Amino acid sequence: MLGDGALYGVLAEYDTPGELIEAARKVRDAGYTEFDCFSPFPVHGIDEAMGIKRTILPLLIFGGGFAGLLGGILLQWWTNAYNWPWNIAGKPEWSIPANVPIAFETTILLSVLTAFFGMWMLNKLPQVWHPFFRLERFGRVTDDAFLLGIEARDRRFDSVATTQLLKDAGAIAVENCHLDPDPASRTMPGWITAFIVSSTAFALIPFAIAAKARNSHSSEPHIHVFPDMDFQPKYKADAASDLFPDGRANRGQLAETVARGSLNADDTFYRGIEGGKWTEGFPKQLEISEQLVRRGQIRYNIYCAPCHGYDGRGSGPVPQRVAAGGGAWDARNLVQAGGPVVKMPNGQLFNTISNGYNTMMGYAHQIPPADRWAIVLYTRALQRSQNAAVDDVPQEELGRMPMPQMQTPAAPAGAGSAAPAAPTGSAPAAPATPAPAPAAGSAAQPENK
Amino acid sequence: MATEPVIYEPGKAREAFRAVTRDVAWVAEAPKPHKAWLGALGVSMLMLAIGVYSIFVLLTTGIGVWGNSNTVGWAWDITNFVWWIGIGHAGTLISAVLYLTRQSWRVSINRAAEAMTIFAVMCAGLFPLLHTGRPWFAWWMLPHPNDMDMWPQFRSPLMWDVFAVSTYMTTSILFWYMGLVPDLATFRDRCAARGEKLKAIIYGALSLGWRGSARNWHRYERAYLILAGLATPLVFSVHSVVSFDFATSQLPGWHTTIFPPYFVAGAIFSGFAMVLTLLLPLRHLFNLKHIIKEEHIEAMCKILLATGMMVGLAYATEFFIAWYSGNLYEKFAFVNRAFGPFWWAYFAMVSCNVLIPQAFWFKMVRRNVVLIFILCIFVNIGMWFERFVIIATSLARSFLPATWSYFTPTIYDIGLFIGTLGLFGTLFLLFFRYVPVIAMSEVKGAMPEAHAGGPSKGGHH
Ligand code: HEC
Repeated sequence: MLGDGALYGVLAEYDTPGELIEAARKVRDAGYTEFDCFSPFPVHGIDEAMGIKRTILPLLIFGGGFAGLLGGILLQWWTNAYNWPWNIAGKPEWSIPANVPIAFETTILLSVLTAFFGMWMLNKLPQVWHPFFRLERFGRVTDDAFLLGIEARDRRFDSVATTQLLKDAGAIAVENCHLDPDPASRTMPGWITAFIVSSTAFALIPFAIAAKARNSHSSEPHIHVFPDMDFQPKYKADAASDLFPDGRANRGQLAETVARGSLNADDTFYRGIEGGKWTEGFPKQLEISEQLVRRGQIRYNIYCAPCHGYDGRGSGPVPQRVAAGGGAWDARNLVQAGGPVVKMPNGQLFNTISNGYNTMMGYAHQIPPADRWAIVLYTRALQRSQNAAVDDVPQEELGRMPMPQMQTPAAPAGAGSAAPAAPTGSAPAAPATPAPAPAAGSAAQPENK
Repeated sequence: MATEPVIYEPGKAREAFRAVTRDVAWVAEAPKPHKAWLGALGVSMLMLAIGVYSIFVLLTTGIGVWGNSNTVGWAWDITNFVWWIGIGHAGTLISAVLYLTRQSWRVSINRAAEAMTIFAVMCAGLFPLLHTGRPWFAWWMLPHPNDMDMWPQFRSPLMWDVFAVSTYMTTSILFWYMGLVPDLATFRDRCAARGEKLKAIIYGALSLGWRGSARNWHRYERAYLILAGLATPLVFSVHSVVSFDFATSQLPGWHTTIFPPYFVAGAIFSGFAMVLTLLLPLRHLFNLKHIIKEEHIEAMCKILLATGMMVGLAYATEFFIAWYSGNLYEKFAFVNRAFGPFWWAYFAMVSCNVLIPQAFWFKMVRRNVVLIFILCIFVNIGMWFERFVIIATSLARSFLPATWSYFTPTIYDIGLFIGTLGLFGTLFLLFFRYVPVIAMSEVKGAMPEAHAGGPSKGGHH
C-alpha cells in the first residue's frame, strides 16, 4: 500500500505523554522546526517543549467581539433612532440602557463566531488529506497513541540520523511515510468540489432575486407566499354567514335594547314628529339663524346638489349624466312653486333626508340630525329664493340691484305669496299617522298627495 | 506543581486510554440497539407525533385552539418556553462554568449536558415561534430591509429575547460541535480500522480532518477556554433577558428587580435535575458507571440542594417585598398566588422545589440512585409549576377585577407540550446512539495517566 511516492517524513511512537514531551524537547533542541506531535488529548507541557508560540487567536476574538459591540450599537441606533425614529412612550429616541442587552448579545455572538471559525482557519482545517493518514499507526492517535512526526522538508532532515534521534528519545517504533504517488489523492474529489460549488450557487439564487426586486419597478402585485393577509377570514357588512340561523353576518340590535347614547328619545329632533304628526316647525333646541342657513347650504351643496342641483330644480350632474346616457332619472324639483316639496311639512322633509324616498337613499348614516335640520332650513330658503318676486326685495336694496326687465313669473298663480316662509308655511293635508320609527330602507313615506 | 510523577509500566497508561475509548464507543458500535433504547425511542416518537398533530391543528386553525384568553394571554406556551430554556442552561453551566472553575468531574457529563442544552433550546424556541400565530413570518423579527421600511423595535424585551436566544443557540451548537470534533475523529478512525467505509466517510467529514496535532490542540484549547469564558456571561444574560419579558412589565407579580437572579438560579436548578433525570437511567443501561461516577452524581445533588434553596429564598423575598412595599396590588398579587384560585399550583411548586430537595442534605439520599431519580422528577415538575405560577396567576388576577378569569389548558396545549418532550427524547436518544456520548478526549486528559511517564525532574504536570 505504501508506495513509491516521495518521502514525506518519519513518524515515531511513544508510550506515554510524558515520554512524548521529552522527545519533543529533544527534537526541538536538535534544531528541527518542521515537526509536530500527535496525541488523543491535549498533552500539557508539550507547547513549551515544542516551542509553540502563543496563538494570536485571542486577539482575533477581541477584534470580532469589538466589531460585534460596535455593530450592535450602530444597528440599533441607525434603525431605531436615525432611519426610522420611533417614539416609544415619549422616551428619548436614543437612550443607551435599553440597547445594552442586544449590544451585549451581538458582542458575544461575533466573538463566538470568530473563536470557532478563527480556530479552524488557523489550524488549516478542514483538510481532506494528510500523508500521515496513510499509516495504520496514525489511526490510533485518536485512541491511545502518542506520535511525533518530522517532515522531510526540514533543513536538518536526514533519513538515518533523524530516525536515530527519535529512537534515542525513547520511541517504541519509527516509521517512514511516503506520499501517495497519485497526485489526485491529495486534492478534494471532484464531485465534492462540484457539489459545494453548485450548492453555494444555488443558495445565492434567492438573494439574487431579492436584489433584483429591490432595484427594479413592477406594476405587478406582490407575490404572496402566504396569502392569509390578502384573504382574511372575516365578514364584511351584509355578508352571508351560516353561523347564524338567519344567514346574515350582520347582527341587528337586540330586542328591547338601546345602544349607549342612541336612545334618541326626542321625537321631534330625531324623527320630525310632533304630536303624532309631521312637525311644521323646527325642534326647539335649534336656534334659527343665518349661521344655521349657511351651515345648511354647505351640507346641501355637499349631499343634495349632485342630484337636485344647486338651485334645487332637480337637474344636478347625476340626472344630467343619466340623460346624456339616453336614460331618464329625475331627481325631484324641490323648489317648484306649489309643488309637493314646497307644501311638505318640515318633519316630512326631514324624514325624507333621513330615510330616503323611493330611488333616493337615506342620509341618516352620513348626516347628523342637526345638520339634516339645517338642510331643511336651507331648502326652505332655496324654495323662497327660487320663487321670489320683486316685491320681496326690501325697498332700500332695490336701487342697488341690476334690473333686467322684470316679468311676473309665469309660474302658477300667486307666486309671491305662495312660497311660505320657513317656520310658518301653509299646512296642507298632514299625514294621519306618520310611520313611527325608521325600520330599514325607505319604509317611512307617508302619503302627501 | 509538585505532583509526584506516576511511574507506569510500559503500555499501562495506554491500556487505560484504550479502555475509555472502548467503553464509550461501544454504545454507538453495538450492532443492535438496546431493547430499552428502542422502546424509549418508540415512546418518544409517538409523543413527537402527538406534538406534530397539535402543531398542525394550531397552524391550520389559529392559536385560538389553545386555552389562552384575553386575560391570560401568556399561558402554557410561555411557561414551556421558560421551562425548556432553563433546562438548557445546566448544560452550558456544566460545560463552561465548571470548566472555568476547573471542576474536572464535569468531563464525564458535559457532552450529554451540552446536547441536552441544544435540544432543550430547540424545544423552547418552538413556543414563542408558534405563539406568534404566523410562524412563517418569524423572520420579520430580524432586522432586514423590507418594503414597509420598518425595523424591529429594539427596546422591547421580546426583541432582546430573539437576540439572546438565537445567540445562545448558535453558541451552544458551535461549542458542542467543537468539543465533538476530536471524538468524531476517534469514531472515524475506528470505523476505518474496521473497514466500515461509509461511516468512516461521514464521521471523517464531520471531524474535519482532525489529527490530534499538538499545534492544533494548542489553538483548540485556547478557543475552548475563551468560548467557555464567553458562554458563561451569555448563559446568565439569556435567562436574565427571559426574565425581563416579565420584569419590565407593570403587572404585579412580574414587575420585580429580583427576577434575573431568581430566574437564573431556577434555570440551573431545573437543568441539573434534568441532567440527572436523563443520565441516571442511561448510565445504568450503557454501563457507564465507572465513567459517570457516584461522586459526580453526588456533586450534582449538592448543586441541586444549593440552587433549590436559592429559589426558596427568592419565593420568600417576593413575599417580604410585597408586604414591605405597602403596595396594595403587590400584596394582593402574592396573597392570591398562594391562596387564590391557583393555590394548588403554588403548593406543588413550593413542595417540589423547596421542601423535597431538602432530602439531599443526607448522604444516604445522595448515594441512592433510584431516590435521586425520583426526586429529580419532582424538581422538574416543581420548576414547571414555578413558571406557570408566575405567568398564569399574575395574569388571571390583574388590576381590573372585571377582566379576571381562570386558565384551563386545552388538549392542544397539552399535546404540544407532550410533543416537545417527545422531540427532546427522540433527539437525545439518537444522540446517545450515534454521537460520542462522553467527551473521550477530555476524560482522557483528566485521568492521572495523562501525566504518566513525565520527566523525572518534575516541573511539568
Ligand atoms: C343620488 C341622487 C339624490 C341625492 C344625492 C338626493 N336626492 Fe332627493 N331625490 C332623488 C330622487 C331621484 C328623488 C325622486 C324619487 C322618486 O320620486 O321616486 C328625490 C326626491 C326627493 C324629495 C321628494 C320626496 C317626496 O316625498 O316626494 C325630497 C324632499 C328630496 N329628494 C330631498 C333631498 C335632499 C334634502 C337631499 C340632500 C340631503 C337629497 N334629496 C339628495 C335623488 C337624490
